[in-house]
Amino acid sequence: MKKRMKEVRWHGRGGQGAKTAAFLLAEAAMDDGKYFQGFPEYGPEREGAPIKAYTRISDRPILQHDAVSDPDVVIVLDDTLLGSVPVTDGVVEDTILMVNTKMTPDEVVKKIDWHGGRVYTIKATDIAMETIGKPIPNTPMIGAFIGATGMINEKALESKISHKFLKKLGQEGVDANIEAVRKARKAIAEVKDK
Amino acid sequence: MKLMTWQEIPIGGLILEAGNAKKFLTGDWRSQRPILDEEKCINCLTCFMVCPDGSIVLKDGKMSGFNYDYCKGCGICAYECPVKCITMKPEEDFR
Amino acid sequence: MTTATVKKIRRAFTGNEAGAEAMRQINPDVAAVFPITPQTELMHAFASFVANGKVKTELVMVESEHSAMSATVGASAAGARAMTATSANGLALMWEIVYIAASSRLPIVMPIINRALSGPINIHCDHSDMMGCRDSGWIQMFSENSQEEYDNLIQAIRIAEHPDVLLPVMVGQDGFIISHSLESVEVFDDEEVRDFIGEYHPKNPLLDTDHPYTFGPLDLQDYYMEHKRQQHQGMQNARQVILDTGKEFGEKFGHHYSNFEEFHLEDAEIGMIALGSTAGTAKVAVENLREQGKKVGLLKLRVFRPFPFKELVEAVKHLKGLIVLDRSDSFGAMGGPVFLDVSASLNNLTKKPVTRNLIYGLGGRDMKVQDLEKIFGMMEKTVKTGKGAGSSQYYGARGDD
Repeated sequence: MKKRMKEVRWHGRGGQGAKTAAFLLAEAAMDDGKYFQGFPEYGPEREGAPIKAYTRISDRPILQHDAVSDPDVVIVLDDTLLGSVPVTDGVVEDTILMVNTKMTPDEVVKKIDWHGGRVYTIKATDIAMETIGKPIPNTPMIGAFIGATGMINEKALESKISHKFLKKLGQEGVDANIEAVRKARKAIAEVKDK
Repeated sequence: MKLMTWQEIPIGGLILEAGNAKKFLTGDWRSQRPILDEEKCINCLTCFMVCPDGSIVLKDGKMSGFNYDYCKGCGICAYECPVKCITMKPEEDFR
Repeated sequence: MTTATVKKIRRAFTGNEAGAEAMRQINPDVAAVFPITPQTELMHAFASFVANGKVKTELVMVESEHSAMSATVGASAAGARAMTATSANGLALMWEIVYIAASSRLPIVMPIINRALSGPINIHCDHSDMMGCRDSGWIQMFSENSQEEYDNLIQAIRIAEHPDVLLPVMVGQDGFIISHSLESVEVFDDEEVRDFIGEYHPKNPLLDTDHPYTFGPLDLQDYYMEHKRQQHQGMQNARQVILDTGKEFGEKFGHHYSNFEEFHLEDAEIGMIALGSTAGTAKVAVENLREQGKKVGLLKLRVFRPFPFKELVEAVKHLKGLIVLDRSDSFGAMGGPVFLDVSASLNNLTKKPVTRNLIYGLGGRDMKVQDLEKIFGMMEKTVKTGKGAGSSQYYGARGDD
């Protein structure tokens, strides 16, 4: 049965912003005129504990409320999770994997016995340090996601970031996050067609 | 007393009339009736203080008898009276 | 169907945020709150509306849910539009006062974030909490998603406060699955919502000192039964009021509501009854199977109390098979609570659909589109072979396969 939407699974550690990223991507999808769901998988959450979150994006209303079992995109915010949590669960032959790491895609494939589709690696923590000044890789990973999939409009994400974070982070913080998104998207765009 | 139907009574068990306990004459429950011996009474008003039903009737600040509409005949007044001027008599003697 | 002209904006809300947004627009006079997972975020969001002066609500912090319901009852009796919210064990602790709210005919509206009752202790979704008080005299509605949570809460105020009803309403949404999931919600203009719910004019507020009255007196053999008969009538009257309110809401806001929603049911041979978020997932299963030419359909039950038995029979009587899903068990009964009511409703039909009951999703166990497609297949077999007809079984518990 053909899927009626795109499904993203986020892997991170408590405090890295996996849930925030899942929700931010969902809200950017809304601003892009799409339907969406964003939800975390609740368990015993602590700073540093592995967590999962999900984003669904569709052109039509999303009716189902089951868990995501066969994601179209898997995003790993922390490469120390590779091998320790089952990031390959439910992946199919064209599932895209995106990992925040210094490793090459080939090294990642070997490490986790990846059997899905295209693998992208990106130094999102470095980008976050250069732009935001904190090791929070979630916004650059959303930029990377847009670069790899083109699933939502970058402008929608940028306006969502300004709207959502202006009060909390100020204009400087907003600009830094948008800069992080752009850098990451560009980095992926450069390798995408290779 | 005619009982009302469910359509007639206020909903939720509300009683819309304030102070309607007055209509319920609890004096009916009495089997012993207190009788005052006015000659012996020293108007100390101990009976007034201890009556649980407010049934001691005062006139010009002095003990003048009982409100038999509400007096249940508990006999506390007779028991507490320091000069024993109240005696309890069987109710049937008066009916 | 008239076209709604009310101004609306699309917002990204979790179910809890949608509930809090409805409460902001309702702007109750009093809200008594005590936190419990997964309800906490709803009252957390509402408390920030109070703190920021967005509502004029008197927020009463209490030390338990028993007190939360007691304070809500007190406020409602005083003449306030009063609300609270809870989940699972919180609702269980309110128990005694839940009955008092209904029998005192207080139009309290309470979001319930459906969660499994302990034990063993579990924080995830099932319907055991609300089903546990199905006989308490509260009107009970279940929401499929955040939008319905928002829409149902607004309608609940009107239904509860209707002079022919005057009963409390609990509006359920599935814990975590809806309460913590971000979705698109159409939010209506504040003024339009306030115009729809109107001002609350209590008939006998305790604070009306010119007309003092007695609230909650002892009620014995001579009048208790008449008061119950009135309460029964209030619930009967709610049937029409729920339909009227749903219709008026639809005309004004463009979202149409009835006792239940029929999805490809009219020409279906195999039907399913589900409530809450599973109904949404089941719609996808129905669409998938329809594409394969299978004649399947869904009845999403929105109003569980008063149970719409007459309308339900009309909607399902043509089916060959009917599978009823229950997200809670009624231990020792013939099946889950929804199945019991559905079976009783069908009782007077001479030719009735073959029925089956599945108890699923307890404690948050996932129910996938594929599961629901499989269940439709099971039911098709039951219709053909008669095997499993009338039975109630667990679905998805390891050891039963």
